[in-house]
Order: sequence, then C-alpha cells, then structure tokens
Amino acid sequence: MANRHAVIEKNVGLLIVLILVAVSFGGLAEIVPLFWQKSTTEPMSTLRPYDALEMAGRDIYIREGCHVCHTQMVRPLRAETERFGPYSVAGEDVWEHPFLWGSKRTGPDLARVGLRPITEQWHREHLRDPRAVVPESNMPAYPWLQNTPVDWKHMERKLSVFKDIFGVPYSEQDVVEQMEKVNGEWADASEEDALVAYLLSLGQARKEVRE
Amino acid sequence: MQDAAAPPAYHYRVVRQFTVMTVVWGVVGMFVGVWIAAQLAWPALNFDLPWLSFGRLRPLHTNAVIFAFGGCALIGTSLYVVQRTCQAPLVLPGLAAFVFWGYQAVIVLAAVSLPLGFTSAKEYAELEWPIDILLALVWVAYAVVFFGTIAKRRTGHIYVANWFYGGFILAVALLHIVNSAAIPISLTKSYSAYAGAIDAMVQWWYGHNAVGFFLTAGFLGMMYYYVPIQAERPVYSYRLSIVHFWALIAVYMWAGPHHLHYSSLPDWAQSVGMVFSIVLLAPSWGGMINGVMTLSGAWHKLRDDPIIRFLIVALSFYGMSTFEGPLMSIKTVNALSHNTDWTIGHVHAGALGWVAMISIGALYVMTPRLFGRQRMYSVGWINVHFWLSTIGTVLYIAAMWVSGIMQGLMWRAVNDDGTLTYNFVQELVERQPFYIVRLIGGVVFLVGMLLMALNVYLTIRGTRDDAGEDNRLALAY
Repeated sequence: MANRHAVIEKNVGLLIVLILVAVSFGGLAEIVPLFWQKSTTEPMSTLRPYDALEMAGRDIYIREGCHVCHTQMVRPLRAETERFGPYSVAGEDVWEHPFLWGSKRTGPDLARVGLRPITEQWHREHLRDPRAVVPESNMPAYPWLQNTPVDWKHMERKLSVFKDIFGVPYSEQDVVEQMEKVNGEWADASEEDALVAYLLSLGQARKEVRE
Repeated sequence: MQDAAAPPAYHYRVVRQFTVMTVVWGVVGMFVGVWIAAQLAWPALNFDLPWLSFGRLRPLHTNAVIFAFGGCALIGTSLYVVQRTCQAPLVLPGLAAFVFWGYQAVIVLAAVSLPLGFTSAKEYAELEWPIDILLALVWVAYAVVFFGTIAKRRTGHIYVANWFYGGFILAVALLHIVNSAAIPISLTKSYSAYAGAIDAMVQWWYGHNAVGFFLTAGFLGMMYYYVPIQAERPVYSYRLSIVHFWALIAVYMWAGPHHLHYSSLPDWAQSVGMVFSIVLLAPSWGGMINGVMTLSGAWHKLRDDPIIRFLIVALSFYGMSTFEGPLMSIKTVNALSHNTDWTIGHVHAGALGWVAMISIGALYVMTPRLFGRQRMYSVGWINVHFWLSTIGTVLYIAAMWVSGIMQGLMWRAVNDDGTLTYNFVQELVERQPFYIVRLIGGVVFLVGMLLMALNVYLTIRGTRDDAGEDNRLALAY
C-alpha cells in the first residue's frame, strides 16, 4: 500500500483530484436528494407568505441576531411539545430564506410564540426592557427599535425576489397591495412594530393542530 | 523585520506578517469572547446599544477566533511549512502578499459589518455577499500559492503536513462557495439561495466541515510539522498517517446532519449523519495517536519543554473532544445535549484545548526562527502560559458540561401527572453561577494570550542572534 500511495505523494495534480473526489460524496448524498423530496419542498396547506411588515420584522430579527439565542425548531419530544407547542415540520419552512432554526436555547424556542396567550403589548414591553416583565431574564434590551422607523427602501425588490426567484406564491396583486400599505398605513411603522408583527406570525400555520 | 534575517531562498515576510496578526487577532477575538460571556451573566453589559448587543457580538467573536486567529495561524504556518518541506520558496510572492492584505481586509470588514448588523444569519458564514466574494478571491490566490509551491518542490514526495493543509484549502473553498450562495438585495443584504430544511442541511454540511477542515484538517497539518520538529523525532507511523488522512477527509463530509437531530430534516439524513459521526472517532483518534506517539522515546521532553507540553496537551484535548463529539451525535444523547451549554463546552474543548493550544505551540516554535532569534524572549513565560491555558480551558468546559447537562435534565423533567416540572426561567436562573465560572476560565485563558503577546513582542524587538536560523528545520522532511 505504501508504495502505491507514493504515486499520489509525488503528483500534486493527482493529490488535488483525489482530495476533491473524497470530499464530494457526503454533500452529494445528503443534500442533492432533498431538492426532490416532497417533505422538504412542499408547503403546508395552511402556510401563508409573510406580509411586508412581517418580512421587515424578520429582517430585524436576523439583523439583531435573535436566532443566536432563540431556536425555531420544536423537536418531536414530549417535553418540547408540552413546553412550546406542536413540533416543527419541514413544510412550514419551504419559503424560509434563510432558515432560522438556530442551534442554542439561551432563551426559549420561538417557533410557536405567535400561538402563546401573550399580548402584543407584552412583546413591546419585553423588547424595551426584558427585566421589567421577566426579572430573571438575561436578554439584551432593544429600546431603540420603538424609535427607529422601518427602512422600506428595498421592500419591493425583496417581495419580487421571493415571488419570482424563490417561487413564493405572491400574486402581482399581492405585491401591489403590500406596497400600497408600505406607502400608506405602514409608512411610519417602527422597527418594533415590524418585529412584533413577525413574532406574532410565528406558528400560525400550526394553529389548528392540537397534540 | 528586515529580510536579511531569513535565508535568501525562502519568503518569510508573509509568514511573519501572519504570525504577528495571529497573536493580535487571538487577543482581540478572545477579548470579545470574554465580553459576551460576561453579558450572559450580567445583561446590563449590553448597554442598550445595538452594536454592543450579544446577538451581534457573538458572531463577531466566532468569526474573530475561528477565521481571524485560526485562519492567520493556518495560512501563516502553511506558507512556512510548504516552503520548508518542499525546500522551495513560495511561487508568486506578490500573490502571497495579496493573500495577506486581502485576508486582513476581510477580517476588518467583518469586524465592522457584524456589529452593524449586516449578517446572512448562517452560523460561521455570517458575512454578507461582497465580503464572501472577496474571501473567495483571496482563498483562490492562497490555493494557487500553496499548490504552486508544491508543484515547484525540490523534494520527491509531498510531505504529510501538506496533504492536510491541501485538504483544508480545497474543502473550505468548496464549502464556502456552496453555502454562501445567495440572492443579493443590496450591498449589505442578501437572502440564502436555499430554503428551510435544505438550507439547514447545506448550512450544517458547511458548519460541521468548517470544524472538520478549518479547525481539524488544517491544524493536523500544523501538528504533522511542528510536533516532529520540536520533539526531534520522526512521525510515529507513516501508514497510519495515510489511512487516517483519507478516512478523515472522506468521513467528515457526511457528519453535518448531527447538528439537525430531531429537526424537520428527513430522518434518513439524520441517521446517515449519525452513523458517519460515530465512525469519525476512528480517523480522529488515528491522528491523535500518530501525534502523541511521535514523542515515544522522548517523553522526558514533556517535563523539560513547555512548547512540547502545549503541543501534546493540545492533542489530548483533540482526542477528548473527538470522543465527546461522536457521543453527542448519538440521537438519544443529542436529545439531551442539543441547544444547551454542553455544545458550547464541547466546541471550546476543541477551540481552546486543541486549536488554540496547537497554534500557540507552533507559534512558539516558529517565531524565534522567523525573526532570527535563538529562542523566545522568556521560556519561563511559556510555562506560565501553558498552565493559564490549561486551567482556563478546564474551568470553561467543566462549567459548560455541568450547566448543559443540568439544562437538558431540567427541560425534560416531568411530574407524575405529566406536566413539566420547571418553567424556562427556573432553568435559566440555575445557569448563572456556571456562566460566571466560564467567564473566569475565559479570562484566565486571555491573560495567557496577553503574556504570549508580550513574549512575542520582546522576542521580535530583541537583538538578532548571530547564530541566525536554527537549521534543524532543514531536516523537516
């Protein structure tokens, strides 16, 4: 074996090719089939695309790194469904670019937070000063969100990227209506308004499910 | 930094630059880590400021320690090792200079853009698309310099360290390009090209192999040069190095799905990922055994030489965390450990114990030689640094083990009537003391890094030793 391996050790081109071959199988086997698998590509029947305010809120969620401490992935384990709600299925996330499942629960899972019996006002007070409503919390406060207007500059492009490139079923009419709201009732919306709208939207596709 | 310090044949300037920046970014990245550890214990340290909040600083910490500290260590040592073991100067030294300045530009852009909240949201791949493109260009230039130098080698065989560095360079290019695919909205905003479960699979194929190739294969390349050099012994087993190299690079690529156990990723992918993750124990330990056993016949050096101690204890932490990893990839274990501090402890057993300590050892070997000194300014300080690093790492990982396992147990605890025993806040409160112990561990490790920075500074500033470069290095291969 050692002698035959010497062939590779004396030929850098061969070494490069064989390394590339060796590292390519895992991805090909584990990623490529998912593009054709029904469970990972087909939306749940109850799934509804984000409206423009929720989409803006989701971008703020990403910008502030909420996913660094909060998962959005309820595992099919009894203690998890008991604590958070119905477990997550892939059909909920087929329009999620990027996915926001997270990997660490410094704070609780948020995949079902929109189904919880907490009010919009609670979310606002919690974002402004988490310790005012949960004294033991170690979450950062986000008081600037209430005073920062949403930057709507790229919203039309965002909606059309999700519609045309990602295949999210917005109609032409939907985009027009959303942009009317952006230029009308939501024109002066704060980032807090948007983030709360996004949080309240989480889990709505699973509203009917009882486990 | 005059070139007269180096033998005329080799290009050391770029290696010296990367060496100095490894120390600088190590201190910066670990300082940010200490800061965010303190934020978790005392949230007032977020100061209600957007660019100081945990959610933005945590990616800054991970990027700074992995890609700035680890990356500079890997690129710097690889450009040193490839010249020494091929007995050939770098090809295209101008391009090598571009690799240095381009890579530093990427780091500075990351340090500015992440606190501003420009992020793709993908872990360890947060940088937005223009920086991703710059990084891809720098990486291709790096590959050209590295493999070009191998092609111009004056030795017959390509030394084993270069297989590992080469595997790291090629795999990271592949991972970075595939995972970063995104549709740009503006210069500072894009959306991943993939969605939902597919995006998650692509991300953790990337994420786990950032560990496998950036934090493992690359640093094994480092091990295969600096351990034999410092021990003055040949690598333990040539045959083992062949077997574990090919097994490691082939198997690692399959292990990603263990980050997605019990998620909505299809079960078959989770099971395949788990099987390969368990198999991964074998090639991982192959590397550890090959490194540690290189010291056979020279075990007294563990007592006499603090640099050897850094290198060998690094391998011990590597062995420990590559045992822990397969354990945590078993679905029943993962049901408890996932999302908890245990994962953070596991990562730091690898990151502090293995990656940082092997880099520190390599830097202590290489720095005097690069700058034409006989030895580091203070060998005693290296010994102090060794104990600070070891104690800091152990405090850190022990705190996170206890905290993580406690979290997992409290989350799943149920009463006789089937209701949950603890609410989330009751569990959160219990973590507080462990967050403080972890912070202390991090501070101790950081103090060691500051001592190293001073030692490196005084070594470089000191008068050049006329004996010049230690020629034992020429025996590298």
